[in-house]
Amino acid sequence: MSNDGSVAPETPGATDTPIQIHDLYKSFGDLEVLKGIDLHIERGDVVCIIGPSGSGKSTLLRCVNHLEVPTSGRVIVDGFDLTDPDCDVDKVRRGIGMVFQLFNLFPQLTVLGNVTIAQRRVLKRRKAEAREIGIQALERVGLAEKADEYPINLSGGQQQRVAIARSLAMNPDMMLFDEVTSALDPELVGEVLGVMRSLAEEGMTMLVVTHEMGFARNVADRVIFMDDGQIVEEGPPEQVIVDPQHERTQQFLNMVLEDY
Amino acid sequence: MVRDQLPSDKNTLIKEGTKTERGTAVSKRQRAKLVRIGVYVATVLVLVFVGLTVDWQSIQESFFNPEIFREQFPDIVTQAARNTLIFTFFGFTGGLAVGLVIAVMRISSIRAYRWFAAPYIELLRGLPALLTILIIGFGVPIATGTQLPGRYTTGSLALALVASAYIAENIRAGIEAVPRGQMEAARSLGMTYTRAMISIVIPQAFRIIIPPLTNELVLLLKDTSLISVLGVTEATREITRFARDGVIDSANATPFIAAGVVYLAITIPLTRAAALIERRARQAR
Repeated sequence: MSNDGSVAPETPGATDTPIQIHDLYKSFGDLEVLKGIDLHIERGDVVCIIGPSGSGKSTLLRCVNHLEVPTSGRVIVDGFDLTDPDCDVDKVRRGIGMVFQLFNLFPQLTVLGNVTIAQRRVLKRRKAEAREIGIQALERVGLAEKADEYPINLSGGQQQRVAIARSLAMNPDMMLFDEVTSALDPELVGEVLGVMRSLAEEGMTMLVVTHEMGFARNVADRVIFMDDGQIVEEGPPEQVIVDPQHERTQQFLNMVLEDY
Repeated sequence: MVRDQLPSDKNTLIKEGTKTERGTAVSKRQRAKLVRIGVYVATVLVLVFVGLTVDWQSIQESFFNPEIFREQFPDIVTQAARNTLIFTFFGFTGGLAVGLVIAVMRISSIRAYRWFAAPYIELLRGLPALLTILIIGFGVPIATGTQLPGRYTTGSLALALVASAYIAENIRAGIEAVPRGQMEAARSLGMTYTRAMISIVIPQAFRIIIPPLTNELVLLLKDTSLISVLGVTEATREITRFARDGVIDSANATPFIAAGVVYLAITIPLTRAAALIERRARQAR
């Protein structure tokens, strides 16, 4: 049995499809949240998941790095089957960056501490190396000068950018974003979306749960509309957002875009 | 039209309201005043009665004898307080170490750990500290036929056991008070559960539980007085035992007062220091 939990890739060239989800079901007690999801994401893709609250989009995202354990189905990330009990989930997670709605920065550590602790403890990088990579990651989000601050002293937008840098410092193959601008004051949303947009332009594989229709429309390669635990419609943003075919997608977008 | 009527309506309402309110308010206030005067008078009467009936001379001689008070020093500090602090230190650090392990077992996903930790806590919290100390001090040697080596070992061990159950519950509450997102963020960075606990969750939990932990420390310090039931030697007398011996020797209660002063000289700075640490920890958050 291989030590790193690797399994033979499902299909030849599976590494070009870093996220493969097959017939995924997830229930919380009697509540069925995901009802048979199939999803493939190619390397370098930026995929936005939209949909009403309670549609299961965050749960789907959390299944990708095994924060939620699927009830049935398969989740294959970077060629590793996370649903295989022998899979070393911790190792696979190193390659998956995740950014949360509420930032979840470590309050007892400085900004630099936040972006170095996993490098030191998980990747066993030396202090100087971790520091250098951490500072580089902070530079990418434009916050290198805040390295010695504590998270509490930063604005929400800055905290979220540090959270992105914390993931980037692990050199992930892909990034998951879970409604990362929903807890921000409106004037701070732009700076976070800007960082995400530049990541997308650099070719990062991104799975983004969002309510920001403008971002989905302008940055996503593909948009997925979810409702009631199922993928209702998916395709390029011009199709799903501008010209939705499905009635439920139309209803949702009418409600969301009313403000525009 | 409605607007025109409104002010007059409002005025009459306010007038009526103030009349009745003021009427009741005055009598209420007067009643409160009468009660207060009554309490003052009663207190003064009690004080006068006590002052006249108590033999102040005898109280002063048996509790506040300056000569006997002075005689307690320096031994009450160099010997008794020292021993109290040694028992407290070993009891608390031992309790902290065991308590941390028990707390982590208590919330473990592994059922066998939980099944050990929960009854452990229930048992030791449910028994009087004195009984636990007696079991460790007398019960275990009777059962095993061996005495633990070291002057402080038995007492410290008993205190550590008592403290560990309470500390475990404090730590568990602290861990559960750390937002779930902290663990999720740590795990999503590739940390194992254990690593995330050690590096991220437990440090935050300890900040949260500084106040109840200080409380435990003070309680433990006072519980060291129970160690004297184990028949300690002269060398391991803690403050309470020292004072009791002093009272028996001198046939005077003044050593108790000296002991109280020494206890307070330790506990008050302790709680002050903890409050300071707590404030610092909160600022850093």
